[in-house]
Amino acid sequence: MAPSPQANSIAVSIEYFATLREHVGRPREELRTTASTVGELYAELDRRYAFPALGRVKVAVNDEFRDWSSPVRDGDFVVFIPPVAGG
Amino acid sequence: MSHFEFSREPFTPERYRSRVADPVAGGYASFEGWVRNHNEGRGVQRLEYEGYEALGVKEGDRIVAEAFARFPIAKACCVHRLGVLDIGDLAVWVGVTAAHRDAAFAACRYIIDEVKTRVPIWKKEHYAEGDSGWINCEVRSADAPAGSALP
Repeated sequence: MAPSPQANSIAVSIEYFATLREHVGRPREELRTTASTVGELYAELDRRYAFPALGRVKVAVNDEFRDWSSPVRDGDFVVFIPPVAGG
Repeated sequence: MSHFEFSREPFTPERYRSRVADPVAGGYASFEGWVRNHNEGRGVQRLEYEGYEALGVKEGDRIVAEAFARFPIAKACCVHRLGVLDIGDLAVWVGVTAAHRDAAFAACRYIIDEVKTRVPIWKKEHYAEGDSGWINCEVRSADAPAGSALP
């Protein structure tokens, strides 16, 4: 039997905030992905959800800021960070 | 104790002021950010702050640590509100003490400036006309799409 196309996939948790949360329609999701970097994961989700234009988005993995080229691993918790506006 | 925290409830600066008390301090500088009733020509009725708290506390603590490295200060603390706020409500408070006022003023300014640009907090304004918008997240069609933010 041919291997499933998802055979090499990993499980990740995503949390959405602010405009992304409203756009996606939920605060969290668990999903399987074959993305190898957080940039690839963002591109995959952008294809699925057609994220709104946001300016410069940052990314955090397991509650730390990371580069877009950072690897995404099984069990990672990923948050995409739209432009912030504290104060 | 963390030097940066979020508060889901209204708070007064007096509640946190004692945290920056120090026998060596000869000066105390503070900043209060309040909710104003207008932004970019539009009437604002209330605000919502949303925060990524786990990362926000870490980044806020890093900012205060940077202030300690840059300025000769005694104590420093920052508290940011989350949730729904009305006009005039306290949104953020920074308190810094130092032996001398120059360092206290400079560190207070450094902390609030960095918090506004680095801590993952988002602000939604609710306008007098009934609509609302996430500040800094609304990109006009002439601007680049989100994907272009990636390398």
